[in-house]
Amino acid sequence: MPLPYSEIVMEHFRHPHNVGRIEDADAKAVEGSPACGDMVAVYLKVDEESQRITDIKFESYGCASNIATGSIITELAKGKTLEEAKAISWKEASEALGGLPPIKTHCSVLAVDGLRAAIQNYEERHGLVKERVPTTVEVVRKRLKHVMNPLVGLDLVRTKVVKDIEVSDGTVRVELDLPSDHQFANNIRDEVIEKIEPLWDVERVVVEFIE
Amino acid sequence: MTMFGEFVYLDNAAATRLDERVLEAMRPYFFETYAVATSQFGYSPGIEARDALDAARARIAASLGAEPEEFIFTSGSTESSNMALKGVALALAARSGDRRPSSGDRRPSGTGAHIITSKIEDFPVLHSARALEKQGFRVTYLDVDEDGRLILDQLRQAITPQTILVSVQAANQEIGTLQDLAAIGAICRERDVLFHTDASHSFPRVSLDVREVPVDLVTVTAHLIHGPKGVGGLYVRQGTPLAKWMDGGFQEFNLRGGVENIPGAVGFAKAVELVTPEETARLQDMRDRLIERLLRIPHSRLNGHPTLRLPHNANVSFRFVEGESILLHLDMRGFAVSTGSACFSRSLEASHVILGIGGDHERAHGSVRFTFGRFNQPEDVDAVAEAISDVIEKLRAISPLGKG
Repeated sequence: MPLPYSEIVMEHFRHPHNVGRIEDADAKAVEGSPACGDMVAVYLKVDEESQRITDIKFESYGCASNIATGSIITELAKGKTLEEAKAISWKEASEALGGLPPIKTHCSVLAVDGLRAAIQNYEERHGLVKERVPTTVEVVRKRLKHVMNPLVGLDLVRTKVVKDIEVSDGTVRVELDLPSDHQFANNIRDEVIEKIEPLWDVERVVVEFIE
Repeated sequence: MTMFGEFVYLDNAAATRLDERVLEAMRPYFFETYAVATSQFGYSPGIEARDALDAARARIAASLGAEPEEFIFTSGSTESSNMALKGVALALAARSGDRRPSSGDRRPSGTGAHIITSKIEDFPVLHSARALEKQGFRVTYLDVDEDGRLILDQLRQAITPQTILVSVQAANQEIGTLQDLAAIGAICRERDVLFHTDASHSFPRVSLDVREVPVDLVTVTAHLIHGPKGVGGLYVRQGTPLAKWMDGGFQEFNLRGGVENIPGAVGFAKAVELVTPEETARLQDMRDRLIERLLRIPHSRLNGHPTLRLPHNANVSFRFVEGESILLHLDMRGFAVSTGSACFSRSLEASHVILGIGGDHERAHGSVRFTFGRFNQPEDVDAVAEAISDVIEKLRAISPLGKG
């Protein structure tokens, strides 16, 4: 047992598919995580009539699981319609890779988010976006489903780490059922802020730990 | 693999290969003289064991310019630093003067007493300080400059009448920067504050003589000098207040209970003896050549001080690429190195050392540490330099950054 990565992950890491950029892309997105430090860029060519992804490329400034997930997710998305591609989950990508170590989940989620952000970018450019919805507790909760608890590789909501969410006057307060000296406390806090802060009507994010 | 199909190990600041001569020195204390070190009135194998322990202690103490009774064996550098910080804190908590009666005050007894350390210490010191903070001690974490050197004026200003201990490392675990222990010790002496230094990474390659340097406690370890894992030591200057924090028997001058690790102590002493200035100069040559080669790679920079650094440590950041990816690609080619990238750390946090010297997340992300040891050969330098140049070129080709 030399490495925690599956043979499929290592193969995609060694020889990633669909690497590079599309200069005349119809849409692109960069997802970055100051917490983990990884970044991924996704470029799309979309057939306007069929709404199918005709070409897709990615670039990664990241670790092995980030590179491998970028590779597999672009494979999965190629040829699919935007609606189909939007539905590709991290779970699907992870299974196609033969599983990922729990602690590496967050780096690979980034690649999935990159694909979704690129699709959203396409929708925005082509006037396919509905009105901006105000941030509610439910919106925050949904976003927190993309923040991983590195100990188990499952999200904060599913692992019942989110104790309370409050939204008022542009301030979002998230209370987590973790001690402040938890091994991953700083990492989780940074990722929560990073997911919630970009919401259009949010000015401040406060993350609190129980003592 | 390299040209000769051998794995090239360049992570000697994490662990080192045991030297056979160390194992040979230890062997009799597993199979022949395995008795505990008894009192002078014990049976003969116990007295032989005691003699071996005393000889090992004397040899290591002498390498620090210390007396044998000033050197305590521990299970390694983590224990040594815990013992230094917590032992002094416990012994001197009352000295702060404003210790309140327990009624109505839920905070434990450390209230008010003050400890000073640096932001780039290794975890045994840093986390011991944090643990003491939770118990009511005050801790100041001093900044370092961009090379990783302590800012002495900040130290002078930080010392208060409540300060009981200053703990500043001899050399940094990641970037290799050496501190001016003589200057730090002089400041502590002048202000009547105890001084501990974690010398895990420098001992005994960088000389430290406690007769010349005013230091009260020194952490050392065997596992980074081709000695066994699980044995280290703490130099304790005569008269230094230190509470016993591992209760048990009366071993180690009644400062640390527990059966002595005699094979470990003997192996540690042998390992110290085998480190020579000639060997250290050889490692330094390899280090210098490697740094020179690595800095030829575009967008690279040295981390740590250019000259005041560990003789066997090179640490370079490469922009636009991530450390774990570099490390895995190098592993596939037969090289072991380390990185300060968050993706590689157990807490998923970027190196506190790189951030501490004013580096950003990106600089930590692409930082790679190479540390040489006795079993490295000059040709390892060219081999790893060529391999990493190629790996970085490949990873930069798929990176979204750095393409103008």
